[in-house]
Amino acid sequence: MAPVLEVSGLSTVFHTRRGLVRAVQDVSFTVNAGETLAIVGESGCGKTITALSLLRLVPMPPGEITSGSVKVDGTDLLKLSDSEMREMRGSKIAMIFQEPMTALNPLLTVGKQIQEMVVLHDKCSQEVARKRAVEMLHHVRIPEPERRSREYPHQLSGGMRQRAMIAMALACRPKVLVADEPTTALDVTIQAQILDLIGDLQREFGTAVVLITHDLGVVAETAKRVCVMYAGRKVEEAPVEEIFGRPLHPYMQGLMNSIPRVGSARGLDVAPDERLQEISGIVPPLNDLPPGCAFEPRCTRADARCKTQRPELAMKAPDHIAACWQA
Amino acid sequence: MSTTVSQDRPTKPSFFNEVFYLARRYPLGVAGAIIMTTFVLCALFANFVAPLDPFSTNARASLARPSETHLLGADMMGRDVLSRIIHGARISLAVAVGATIMGSGLGAALGLASGYLGGWFDLIIQRVSEVMQSLPLLVMALVITASLGPSLRNTIIAIAIPLVPTVARVIRSNVLSLREMPFVEAAKATGMSEFRIAVVHVLPNTLAPLIVLATAQLGSTILTEASLSFLGLGVPEPYPSWGRMLSESAAEYVRTAPWLVIFPGLAISLVVFGSNLMGDALRDALDPRQRD
Repeated sequence: MAPVLEVSGLSTVFHTRRGLVRAVQDVSFTVNAGETLAIVGESGCGKTITALSLLRLVPMPPGEITSGSVKVDGTDLLKLSDSEMREMRGSKIAMIFQEPMTALNPLLTVGKQIQEMVVLHDKCSQEVARKRAVEMLHHVRIPEPERRSREYPHQLSGGMRQRAMIAMALACRPKVLVADEPTTALDVTIQAQILDLIGDLQREFGTAVVLITHDLGVVAETAKRVCVMYAGRKVEEAPVEEIFGRPLHPYMQGLMNSIPRVGSARGLDVAPDERLQEISGIVPPLNDLPPGCAFEPRCTRADARCKTQRPELAMKAPDHIAACWQA
Repeated sequence: MSTTVSQDRPTKPSFFNEVFYLARRYPLGVAGAIIMTTFVLCALFANFVAPLDPFSTNARASLARPSETHLLGADMMGRDVLSRIIHGARISLAVAVGATIMGSGLGAALGLASGYLGGWFDLIIQRVSEVMQSLPLLVMALVITASLGPSLRNTIIAIAIPLVPTVARVIRSNVLSLREMPFVEAAKATGMSEFRIAVVHVLPNTLAPLIVLATAQLGSTILTEASLSFLGLGVPEPYPSWGRMLSESAAEYVRTAPWLVIFPGLAISLVVFGSNLMGDALRDALDPRQRD
């Protein structure tokens, strides 16, 4: 199956007063129709900028996408004119955001906002678009969609607003959906519902999903493949079972160790002095990266080579690539 | 109040239900609306409402006290003050509303463009409005009327232009924060053009400060018109305007015939009061977060 989304060598930088900040460097991945790729990493590792770069929503200036290609169905988005790109947004590639509370215009009804976008892309009449908006709200399992479509965002709960956002993102049946931490602002029970919903709609419409998150539990539940980012670069990629079963990069291993497990620490069968392992240190500033491996200052297994030479991504196991000298 | 939750609550209240509901919720707004409607009706039907001819002079009634024939007294030339106030509502309201709408509209458009586009356009607009704001409002209005010549239309233009920078700056500052809101980014992600986002998503969110500002300006436009008329550059004679009635008599007759000052002043205050009340209620009623 030909991948729907093909990203190769994507690099995004920001020109700031403190120098060039390389937010995303040489990131490549592909996603097939109906598949979910999770991009994980801690705050500031370039996940969100990667997501925004896919839709060319990085503020320019100061941002700039310096190289690479983002192909949706074979069309390179980075080569399109601004107006051609606008045509693609929403119709071929859509995005849902972290903050459902503020990502909807408070002065327009939910239905109107979906309707407006349908008219924009499908060039249909307002009445047809209104029906489609109600239908989409029904699809995302909002009860009484007809009535809800006439309500304002403040009248909906957080979970419902996120459902409305999903309805809006999928209203024009995009090939690719970029979800930037779609559940972070929601409470846990709603999180599960929203993830289920995204999964169901994805199966129904055959959408390729890029899920940006720092929640490994969410990854394990929904993704097929996982891409780990650190300091703007991809450091490991593998199918989800493989990466959770056998993480190769010390950073991914550190992330896995830092997940609290039920029964640990305060549980009865574990030694009382066992504490949660953290990754010491912080992410290096992106305008001043070490010459070698970016993770070297925090890595427990680093040696002299890690200090001076940056490891390239290499196949370490079948269908499992990582950028580490020690793996 | 009923506590049961009804499943089949009406989805769309009828127009009259809605008006009735809003009226109960904003009694002060209703008061403002009544005041404004009264003045507008007086202005529209001045010929029928006014008890006497506002232009006919009468030497015997010169400076007559309020009485049965002249309810609010008469001026130096014996013209009925009440009739002149009623006819003056035409000019004063036309000038006030016209100048406010024109000034606020132009200011909002410039402020929106300035805040949303940023860059050199923003820089130029901001520097020009600073220059305009450094001149006293009246001086600028004077220069404009003097160069355009006195007429109703030119008076409106002359009063509207000095309002533009004030409105533009308020709207710009609002737009600067709105532009960073996630819903603007979300709208971009749906493929909307920048122009559409500015007009459909950003501009309506600046409506609240715009209404407050506009109703507050309404009063000052009437007073500016008064000043222009006093200097002979406003709406030309013999047409009565509240501003001129006030300014002509303020200095000379405030002690001998105070009704010449009190009643036009009262009319101005009432209109300003009414428009402020209405503006406040309007701002709340138009915000979907305030109604349920």
